[in-house]
Amino acid sequence: MKHTDCALIIGGNPAANHPISMRHLQKARDERGAKLLSVDPRYTHTSSKSDLYAQLRSGTDIAFMGGLINYAIENGLYHEEYVKHYTNASFLVTDDYAFDEGIFSGYDEGDRSYDNSQWVFQTDDEGNILKDESLSDPRCVFQLLKKHFSRYDIDTVISITGTSKEDFIEVAETFCGTADPNKTGTIMYAMGTTQHTKGSQNVRSYAIIQLLLGNVGRPGGGVNAMRGECNVQGSTDFALLFHLMPGYLSAPNASENHRNLEAYKAAETPSGGYWENTPNFLVSLLKAYYGDKATSENDFGYDYFPKGRRNYSHISLFEAMFDGEIKGMFTWGQNPVVGGPNSRKEKKAMENLDWFVSIDLWETETAAFWTEQSGADPTNIDTEVFMLPACGPYEKEGTVSNSGRWMQYRYQAIEPKNDARSDAWIVHNLANRIKKLYEGENNPVAEPIQALSWDFGQGDYPEIDLIAREINGYDLKTGRTVESFAVLKDDGSTSCGNWIYSGFYPDAGPGEEKNLSKRRDDEDTGMDNYLNWSYAWPLNRRVLYNRASADPQGNPWASDKEAIWWDASQSSWVGHDVPDFGADVDPNSEGGTDAFIMRGYGKASLYSADGMTDGPFPEHYEPYESPISDNPFSKVDLNPAVKIWDGKMNDRGSVSEYPIVATNYRLTEHWQSGSMTRNQEWVSELMPYMFIEMSEELAEEKGISERDKVVVESARGSIEAYAMVTKRFKPFKVKGKKVHQIGMPWHYGYQGIATGEIANVLTPHIGDANTMIPEYKAFLCDVRRANS
Amino acid sequence: MMELSRRQFLKLSGATAATLAVVELGFDPKKAQAESNEFKIAHSEVTPTICPYCSVGCGILVHVKDGDVVYTEGDPDHPINRGTLCPKGNGIRQLYTSEKRVERPKYRAPGSTEWEEVDWDWALGRIAENVKKTRDESFVVEEDGMTVNHTEAIANLGGAALENEEVYMIQKLMRGLGLTYIEHQARI
Ligand code: SF4
Repeated sequence: MKHTDCALIIGGNPAANHPISMRHLQKARDERGAKLLSVDPRYTHTSSKSDLYAQLRSGTDIAFMGGLINYAIENGLYHEEYVKHYTNASFLVTDDYAFDEGIFSGYDEGDRSYDNSQWVFQTDDEGNILKDESLSDPRCVFQLLKKHFSRYDIDTVISITGTSKEDFIEVAETFCGTADPNKTGTIMYAMGTTQHTKGSQNVRSYAIIQLLLGNVGRPGGGVNAMRGECNVQGSTDFALLFHLMPGYLSAPNASENHRNLEAYKAAETPSGGYWENTPNFLVSLLKAYYGDKATSENDFGYDYFPKGRRNYSHISLFEAMFDGEIKGMFTWGQNPVVGGPNSRKEKKAMENLDWFVSIDLWETETAAFWTEQSGADPTNIDTEVFMLPACGPYEKEGTVSNSGRWMQYRYQAIEPKNDARSDAWIVHNLANRIKKLYEGENNPVAEPIQALSWDFGQGDYPEIDLIAREINGYDLKTGRTVESFAVLKDDGSTSCGNWIYSGFYPDAGPGEEKNLSKRRDDEDTGMDNYLNWSYAWPLNRRVLYNRASADPQGNPWASDKEAIWWDASQSSWVGHDVPDFGADVDPNSEGGTDAFIMRGYGKASLYSADGMTDGPFPEHYEPYESPISDNPFSKVDLNPAVKIWDGKMNDRGSVSEYPIVATNYRLTEHWQSGSMTRNQEWVSELMPYMFIEMSEELAEEKGISERDKVVVESARGSIEAYAMVTKRFKPFKVKGKKVHQIGMPWHYGYQGIATGEIANVLTPHIGDANTMIPEYKAFLCDVRRANS
Repeated sequence: MMELSRRQFLKLSGATAATLAVVELGFDPKKAQAESNEFKIAHSEVTPTICPYCSVGCGILVHVKDGDVVYTEGDPDHPINRGTLCPKGNGIRQLYTSEKRVERPKYRAPGSTEWEEVDWDWALGRIAENVKKTRDESFVVEEDGMTVNHTEAIANLGGAALENEEVYMIQKLMRGLGLTYIEHQARI
């Protein structure tokens, strides 16, 4: 970030929520005169530290970015050489692909889904993709992109984003100025981007503009997700998500494609790109799971893995629980009664559980879902509830991975407080007990859990070092840990719990300690890479796709933006970072400019032929609950590929009843559902009350004064809180009409020191078409003074 | 508004840490800060950790003396924060000292209006039995001629604040049991 010339901060508020990251932006400003652009519905703490603030109505990111993409192309403000060599701009798309009135080809209205086989590239008889290097063929990606976004002219864009024309143009001029190869710009985003029915396409729109400007894989560039939790990166890498296995392998599902190991390999292994190694990663993972029980005769235990048959994401989970399908649940430091969308429904759903285990430092709202204080009638709730005290972060040891993929070691500073135990201890002892209960059984239900290898030492506490080795992977013949994932095999001779982390514990024999995440050499190894501080996956690379930091011939695009470069005398890539590329692949050889090595064809996707469920290009649709009924870009108001949940307790609000747009956000002082911070005196005193933030204009219209108690109501429910009247919200002008937006923190609940009503009572069960991330950031409500 | 005056106060008083010490100790700020530095840290053991909140990943030093966390501060060597911290990171001492921590395992029986304290052995034993019962009743080995080996009757949520080694173990056990409902904060 320190090396950027322009940071576009959208859908995030780092000054409040990732405060220390601002230090680095401030340096870029001081040292290089970098510009900070803040685009947000609200004038945030970050806006106050930026050079320019542009207002944006919640849920209109794609319109805004589409406007930028169009502006860049129209004005020739794109990095042509980069686009030609490192993206799929030149690829030709078949005639099947079409876009008409908001709908891409291949749409099935009944299913609300697309058949993406109509979006593929043209190929020759051998399967090679056909290209037009001049980028002029009307079926090439660049021309299709240009045509798609030509509809995003400035006037149409601002008519729905509510941005002033001046501000929009200034953002466009400034940010698109980074198309200059001597400059780089970065985009920083957070949940304001992803928590929408088109959240994934919001991110795609950022990626497209960054690729056009040549800003990916370069120092000071990138599309950077500012992640909200210390290890949300790691817990995603390790697949605490239904659709993944560790290291981003797809979780097996009950389809012919995944029927057995052979079918899985055939379906999941592309020809070309690093994913060609999928079989090596998967079989090594199976060896980590099932040890000796994974043999070539039984497909290495592939059948033991559960195969799912549908979407099991958060909203689906609570819908199924509401319908009585789920009987038992564990939560580990998670508090859905505050943090889940439509939380009243999620809380109600929990009453259907036979048993529930909450593992946490505190008694959260979720742990107390059955109490009278929570509004429930305990005598009617038959759930057995277990509250297990977990220990705090420095009462145990292990690693966490930050937004930059740095895997850092946390040491134990003190014994666990009271009778608390680490989550590792809890899961370890639970696993041993469950396995013991199955001992001696001889039936197909028992078999998979009996086969699971659980080898983390004989002690009461699991040995973190053994877990670390299992994650890194080792050679089963020599017992030494592997140096990298490049040596993993699909013949059962290697074991590896998560291939992307392979290499943090390299080449160590049993008993030999070599955990690189513990490194503490704080010397800058060049361009702020600190290669000897901790470890970054994969293989200690700090900037992904850093081949793109050099031009096609292998020279840095700019002398003060060096990352890696080709040294012909050594026939090797050298520089300040670990090459995210074949170290000896000559730029002039075949594949020498395939900078995006994880992509099948080595190029970044301006057009996504198979990555998205809702279209190869982003397209603006309104939120599920929208204040306007006439989307100017097409006749389609809602993303046509989202699943609509029409069950009970999840009504959809209309603008006639609920005319005000609402969003939620976080405060510096509190964290997530607040259970960590609302139980501490200091931060609770700093931010003691739940409030509703609104503009002076809205307050005046509604006769509300600062600190009045107000009621906010949506189609799901209503809450009471104090009014906070500020200049940070301003009414939007949307299609000539005045639209108000309010905001509120989502940290509060009924437990702890600082209490307040739960914001998520208001939000609906509706999620993004690709990820099912709930749409917290744009829903409709109304607001009034309490008792009036 | 409360928020504004508090912020101004923070600004006026300089470092956030100093202010937090005032809140805690409740007497002359400068004196309190000096004394707390002098007395609390002297001869304490220092252990580096990483902030448990946001994913910037700031380094923090934890000072422990006589079995208590006496002080925490930004890690001056850490390349990301070089000794600085935001208010949340600054307050992590209270994660240990808080009176609100759950002390012992607790159990609430069906229909009951209150918790009872239980020991770990009983709690884990009972949970393991529940898991087995629910799993055995709901487990599907085969469906439409395909091995699926799953249970859709148990859900696992969390957690993004846990360590890599812990999340590895949790997902391994849960997938090993055949769960399909495995989710965490990243989704929401
Ligand atoms: S100290 Fe603040 S900015 Fe740093 S990791 Fe913790 S919460 Fe994030």
